[in-house]
Amino acid sequence: MSKYSLTLLSFLFFVLAVGLSWAGVLSSYIQLVLMFVGVNIMMSSSLNLVNGYMGEFSCGHAGFMAVGAYITSLLTVWFFTTGSVFGPNLLPPAWATVFFPFILFFGGLIAALVGLLVAIPSFRTRGDYLAIITLAVNYIVKSAIENIQPIGGARGFMGMGRVVNGMKEVVDIPWMMIWTWIFVFLTILIIKRFVSSTYGKGIIAIREDEIAAEIMGVNTQRAKMIAFMLSSGLAGLAGGLFAHILGYINPSSFGIMKSTEALVMVYLGGMGSLSGSVLSAILFTLILELLRPLQLYKWVVVPLILILLMLFRTEGLLGHRELTEVFPRLRRIFGSRGEVHAVL
Amino acid sequence: MRFFEVRGLTHFFGGLKAVSDFNLAFDGGELMGLIGPNGAGKTTIFNLVCGVYHPTHGEVSIDGRNLAGLFPHQVTAMGIARTFQNIRLWPEMTVLDNIRVAHNYRLNYRFLDVMFQTSRYREAEKGIERTAREVLEIMGLRDYAEELAKNLPYGLQRKVEIARALVIRPKLLLLDEPSAGMNLGEKEALIGLIRWIRKEFQLTIWLIEHEMRVVMNLCEKIQVLDFGETIAQGTPQEIQGNPRVVEAYLGKEID
Repeated sequence: MSKYSLTLLSFLFFVLAVGLSWAGVLSSYIQLVLMFVGVNIMMSSSLNLVNGYMGEFSCGHAGFMAVGAYITSLLTVWFFTTGSVFGPNLLPPAWATVFFPFILFFGGLIAALVGLLVAIPSFRTRGDYLAIITLAVNYIVKSAIENIQPIGGARGFMGMGRVVNGMKEVVDIPWMMIWTWIFVFLTILIIKRFVSSTYGKGIIAIREDEIAAEIMGVNTQRAKMIAFMLSSGLAGLAGGLFAHILGYINPSSFGIMKSTEALVMVYLGGMGSLSGSVLSAILFTLILELLRPLQLYKWVVVPLILILLMLFRTEGLLGHRELTEVFPRLRRIFGSRGEVHAVL
Repeated sequence: MRFFEVRGLTHFFGGLKAVSDFNLAFDGGELMGLIGPNGAGKTTIFNLVCGVYHPTHGEVSIDGRNLAGLFPHQVTAMGIARTFQNIRLWPEMTVLDNIRVAHNYRLNYRFLDVMFQTSRYREAEKGIERTAREVLEIMGLRDYAEELAKNLPYGLQRKVEIARALVIRPKLLLLDEPSAGMNLGEKEALIGLIRWIRKEFQLTIWLIEHEMRVVMNLCEKIQVLDFGETIAQGTPQEIQGNPRVVEAYLGKEID
């Protein structure tokens, strides 16, 4: 029974979220927050792969998100809508229902390739260089988009709303809620599978002792590149979803602030803890929303929470451990570590 | 052609000559010791062989294949495994995972196999877990498989490190001061273990050791290093009587 309860619980949540949105029980604001929770889970868990599991320090995660967001948005708007930028639609808008996940995936792929471009030079060096290079890439991506006028430059890019509406005209279901959470589960599955394989455990060995990892037969260069590509690719997916949830993107939403948010979620949840990242993404998104009435003072309270966390629980909420290891009783619900692994 | 050969190995750290014209050859099956005072360049030689450093001059070959310019993981794939002077396990990983990761160089599945959990992936992982548990079993570490490596006592950590080197199925095993930090009883057990490993796995073993009791007991031949230069070579008896060795360790007598 317990073996399947995590999958069951996730499925239940999925059905509830989609069902209640569809029935109109959840207000569109709550729906939006729910979808942002999903996007943030993807951002934090994918960044955790590099910063937590691999122990490197990447701090330009929003750059990859931007790549994914822009690539998918440009493609969907070009294919499925009639507009001033790309002219008439190439394909019937109804086809978006089928092609959307593929385009999203393609956006993720491009983000992964950009990740590779960053990884090749930066992993040849050691230590803090990755932090500096990723930060630079974040700025490069942002400024590049700001200066490409045909796609809106700093004013941003829109039209994704019409793509989603096109899908809704075929069947009126909360499409973005469905796709967001499908991709959230997919992201968690991908990361879980990667880090439980002998192949993926190589990156944990890199964190623990890189020289020993190399000497004991781990191709550290390649392992780092693959982990980094995976991480940036998933951020690209998150970006694509983010763009279609909002229906409007502009380069300033993918600045250093967004990267910092992702970092905060990783350190809040605990490095190298997947359940920690999920938990902290949920908490962080909800806290930010709850503190919205405080307006500007929100940015006093949230960093304060962080400072307190760093003082009293340096390793984050869960540290290197998973939820079931911190609260063994949860095993009754989620199954033991091995079983969760088997399920996922 | 010899099984393993080191010819004219020389290495400089800046202006410091750490290793100077070091030569060695194995036909296979030897148990060779490398001794010398602190800073003599013993570990540097191991690092040069493993590809951590690239030698200024000289070459290393195994089975007739030159190791020049290879990355450490490629050297490992050629059949050379080692342990470290100051234990370098992956502390936050379980003992079992420490052993599992050492299979990395001969994985026969790819990234997509992991993502789709293909039968090839599942079989490979099953095989890896089986061999890992087997090695733990014969090393007497079965009960610690799920323990984090950092929680094990020192002597057991050394054993895990040897186990991790063994799953690489090396032809040549380099042990860097295996008895460091062990008490008398553990040292006796270690001597037995190394002998047994050599017989069981048909290995060539090359070890650095400070503890004379271990070296003299274990090794068939010994090479003595001082300031990067080989000052003596021979059986333990020959080495013990060699005045240059005594001088290197104890200093010259003043008359």
